[in-house]
Amino acid sequence: MKLIVGIIKPFKLDDVKDAVKDLGVQGLTVSDVQGFGRQRGHTEVYRGAEYEIDFVPKVRIEVLVDDGDVDRVAQRLVETARTGKIGDGKVWVVPVEAAWRIRTGETGSDAL
Amino acid sequence: MEFNSGDTAWVLASAALVMFMTPGLALFYGGMVRSKNVLSMLMNNVFCLGLISVLWAVVVFSLAFAGTGKWIGNFDFFGLKDVVDTFPPGLALTIPPLLFMAYQMMFAVITPALISGAVADRMKYGAWVVFITIWVVVCYAPVAHWVFAPAGWLFRRGALDFAGGTVVHINAGIAALAVVLVLGKRRGWPNHPMPPHSLPLTLIGAGILWFGWFGFNAGSALAGNGVAAQALVNTHLAAAAAMLGWLVAERLKSGHATTLGAASGLVAGLVAITPCAGFVGGMAPLYIGAVAGVLCYLAVSLKFRFGYDDSLDVIGVHLVGGIVGSLLLGFFADSTINEVVTDEGVFLGGGVDLLVDQVVAVGATIVFTFVLTYLIAFVLDKVTPGGIRVTEEDEEIGLDQTQHAETGYALERV
Repeated sequence: MKLIVGIIKPFKLDDVKDAVKDLGVQGLTVSDVQGFGRQRGHTEVYRGAEYEIDFVPKVRIEVLVDDGDVDRVAQRLVETARTGKIGDGKVWVVPVEAAWRIRTGETGSDAL
Repeated sequence: MEFNSGDTAWVLASAALVMFMTPGLALFYGGMVRSKNVLSMLMNNVFCLGLISVLWAVVVFSLAFAGTGKWIGNFDFFGLKDVVDTFPPGLALTIPPLLFMAYQMMFAVITPALISGAVADRMKYGAWVVFITIWVVVCYAPVAHWVFAPAGWLFRRGALDFAGGTVVHINAGIAALAVVLVLGKRRGWPNHPMPPHSLPLTLIGAGILWFGWFGFNAGSALAGNGVAAQALVNTHLAAAAAMLGWLVAERLKSGHATTLGAASGLVAGLVAITPCAGFVGGMAPLYIGAVAGVLCYLAVSLKFRFGYDDSLDVIGVHLVGGIVGSLLLGFFADSTINEVVTDEGVFLGGGVDLLVDQVVAVGATIVFTFVLTYLIAFVLDKVTPGGIRVTEEDEEIGLDQTQHAETGYALERV
């Protein structure tokens, strides 16, 4: 099992969610985060005082998948989340040792 | 006693309008602080409605308006004694004296609340309570007496202040400067960004202030008449012109017209027109508002130049706006608008007599209140265990949690 993590632009969430569902993935988790990579922040002005805001709002998506599904799900995620402009984000894969479905106690791939 | 029901009805409504300005101010300021301190700012303001109302009824009204002294009132009206059927000496009004007391009460309530914007994020709540209790007696009552009571020495000199440019705005503004010099800067100011956490709250507050200010200024005519109408028009036009003035200056200097700029600009105009409201006419409110909008915009950056942390620009907007309005009154006062004007403004052909009186009034208020407020804050700081400022740790955690054991936005909890 693997955990696919994606940091994407917030307005791409709906597209990404639909694409991932089309691939048969049963569930995902989304959280609001902030961060920066090569995309710099921006400047805000309040009563003449300038503030450098380094962080940019992003959305973090996490999807648990079987080893065999990693490549196509990750690829789909990358393509759908891409706008071509700076700040599109990143996708990475993390190995998962064990997983349980809470309601039934199923483990391993049955938990996905 | 004969009362005029139209006059009385309007001043009754105005008392309610001015009362509404205190929660409006609370929101205006509250939106500008960081979320961990929003309740503290709201509380510092709203609590004034509780504390100052009681102090006013019991003793401060009497100190401001009773007796015939030049410098301060007396205890003739202590505990509202005789207020129902006795006018303050020199005031022959067509409204019940009790209503006059109630209307003035709303001014006394909001004036210390104005100071709260300067002490944001770092003053102990208990120290704030003690501070405003002393301040309203020692600084508000005397200045109100000097300017609003016919026996007061500035009133007798001929200084004009229709609704409280000196008594409220210059008074609170200079007091704010005195307090922040004792209190010190917020940790991390000015290098660490501390932007407003909710400008929607600030804009709601600004709208309430503009609305309530019709009662603040037009109500100060103490009658439903032409002067009140002029004051309402002046109030509105000054706010409008000041908003534009601030926005233009802002756009030119830092590249954007901002919502905070619009809200701040309109307030600056309202402050500046306060002393002038029932004494000027024609296009004067537009000039006064525009000048206030531009000058107050420029004034708010003085704190960076001089290194004092006036967190929400009480000095930049209320002190500077109040001075601008009080002095411009010396130029624009018009006896055809209000027969109370005996010395016309400079532009109306009256020479500098009124302007000199205005300078004296402005100067006296500034010196008196600065010295006394500094003393109050200084002594309070020495006498309070740990000083009037919160500990570094409490400042980091936030005042809502540490002073009030509350959270403004419990959004993570379902």
